[in-house]
Amino acid sequence: MTMNSVTQISNHAMDIKISPRLAKNVRRNVKERIIELILMLAALSAVATTFAIVGILLYESLGFFKTVSVVEFFTATEWTPLFEDAHYGIMPLISGTLTTSAVALALAVPVGTIAAIYLSEFASHKAREIVKPILELLVGVPTVVFGYFALLFVTPLLQKIFPELPGFNMLSAGLVMGVMIIPYIASVAEDAMRAVPMSMREGSYAMGATRFQTAIRVVTPAAVSGIVAAYILAISRAVGETMVVAVAAGQQPNLTFNPMESAATITAYIVQVAMGDLPHGSIGYQSIFAAGLVLMVMTLGFNIIGHIVRKKYREQY
Amino acid sequence: MNSNTSPTKASVIENLGAVRAMIRRHKRNDIIFAIVGLLALMLGLITLLTLFIDLVMDGYARFNPQFFTDYPSRRAASAGLLSAWVGSALVMLVTFLTAVPMGVAAGLYLEEYAPKNWFSDLIEINVSNLAGVPSIVYGLLALGLFVYILDFGQSILTAGLTLGLLILPIVIVSTREAIRAIPVAIREAAYAVGATKWQVVSDHVVKYSQGGILTGVIIGMARALGETAPIITIGALTFIAFLPPSPVTTTPPFINFEWLSSGFTVLPIQMFNWLSRPDHAFHINAAATGAIIILVTLLMNGTAIWLRYKIRKNIKW
Repeated sequence: MTMNSVTQISNHAMDIKISPRLAKNVRRNVKERIIELILMLAALSAVATTFAIVGILLYESLGFFKTVSVVEFFTATEWTPLFEDAHYGIMPLISGTLTTSAVALALAVPVGTIAAIYLSEFASHKAREIVKPILELLVGVPTVVFGYFALLFVTPLLQKIFPELPGFNMLSAGLVMGVMIIPYIASVAEDAMRAVPMSMREGSYAMGATRFQTAIRVVTPAAVSGIVAAYILAISRAVGETMVVAVAAGQQPNLTFNPMESAATITAYIVQVAMGDLPHGSIGYQSIFAAGLVLMVMTLGFNIIGHIVRKKYREQY
Repeated sequence: MNSNTSPTKASVIENLGAVRAMIRRHKRNDIIFAIVGLLALMLGLITLLTLFIDLVMDGYARFNPQFFTDYPSRRAASAGLLSAWVGSALVMLVTFLTAVPMGVAAGLYLEEYAPKNWFSDLIEINVSNLAGVPSIVYGLLALGLFVYILDFGQSILTAGLTLGLLILPIVIVSTREAIRAIPVAIREAAYAVGATKWQVVSDHVVKYSQGGILTGVIIGMARALGETAPIITIGALTFIAFLPPSPVTTTPPFINFEWLSSGFTVLPIQMFNWLSRPDHAFHINAAATGAIIILVTLLMNGTAIWLRYKIRKNIKW
């Protein structure tokens, strides 16, 4: 009797194969899987972009280094790939890049740090709520507009102080770049300072220290890794900045570290070449990729150091 | 103070005076630093204001309807922005259509799906790394990959894709931040009534993080609008006296895609072009263009910041 009913049921099950409910579940699972795969592919686009950037830069640079030796690239002191008498020494471009960045940092590091200390230790909650969005707005200003400002406002102003300053100079480009970087340093350094536990400040105040003493002798040393990381990340920003220097610093490669002179940076050179019409595959075309590779290595290096400093040397409380 | 001998009255008063002087000095330091800090913060704001006033004062002569309806011209006074703003709008359309779906999908994957392993770490490292790559390097990628290898030419499609890749990290990061703010309880509640993962994500996670995602998208688009260097690098033409074919037609199928492969110019490039001419009359055009770009980006960024503020204030889980 029982045996019989079991066979009956199993026969019945064989007839309908899969219940509609189960079929729906299967469909649902397949759909879920497909969606997850699509989302994963979208996330992988970030990896693909990185590989594409490195790949393109390396590929075109390889073509460049078939004509130009690496030794000449790093030791020659002239950069004139588009001239009849071509020289391929990247040093003048690097000196221009470092000089404008140094001017920018000379302004942005002290001002940005003071602003960060003020925001984190002195400003009231309300003031912070108002000031931080304004800093963000400053970050959002397109760089070409800052280029206009550097060339047609800051340079004439500086020429009143230094009459012999040329119309294109690294000083005004660097200073304007510095103003652009201030909000960046201020916000990263402020984050680091705010991460310092309140109890350390309270301990300092309990000993009778003033706000200023607490900020300088307790909070700043405790947050020093984050602050230094902010500086390093700012260098990377300055090195990669393009439009301000392309507009205001001049386009003539010039091996100098004097900010009062005009000189081209790596980025300005790329812009200058791209403005012209260079045939695909020519040495001039390849040279901007070699320059781009140097730029990428520099910024990537600073970014990595910055992240390591922030992660590794973070004080744990 | 020596504890063995009781201090004389005079020495106590003398010490008290010294201590009070010290306290006064320290309080003064506090005030001085607060003023210096405020000035450091104001430097950015003052620069922004000066910049904007300078642009408006230099360029106000060109603020008339013709400026927006005229093509570029060899005569500064009759040159206009028509092809530039139309180009900007079309490029932004492509950027939006690439960066938003990809960025949101990648953000969803990283927050909701990705397992904690080396693979997810790889993607995350890449995203944060891409955010630090100088924009001009994206231009080199586009020049090598989109313009020549994929043969899209120096077109609206190339520019849009380039800027899309450029702002992808911004969209991803803001999506992730918005998603992270949603409490686990919301997801658990949805799971408890039998929702699948995708149903939880699409019906709840995406819906509640919309505002935060929108904030990131607006900031990203503002960045793309003002970005100049990568577009110059792909070799955008600067003198465009025609409009791309209209995306919408009056005859079926009503939409055409010819505009994607059309040559173009955008607002910041037009500004850079006018700015790099020696003739001062063109600088007036550049100033007017700069004022317009800055106004639009400030409005966009301002909207985004305001939106974020509203969201933070209104949502209480």
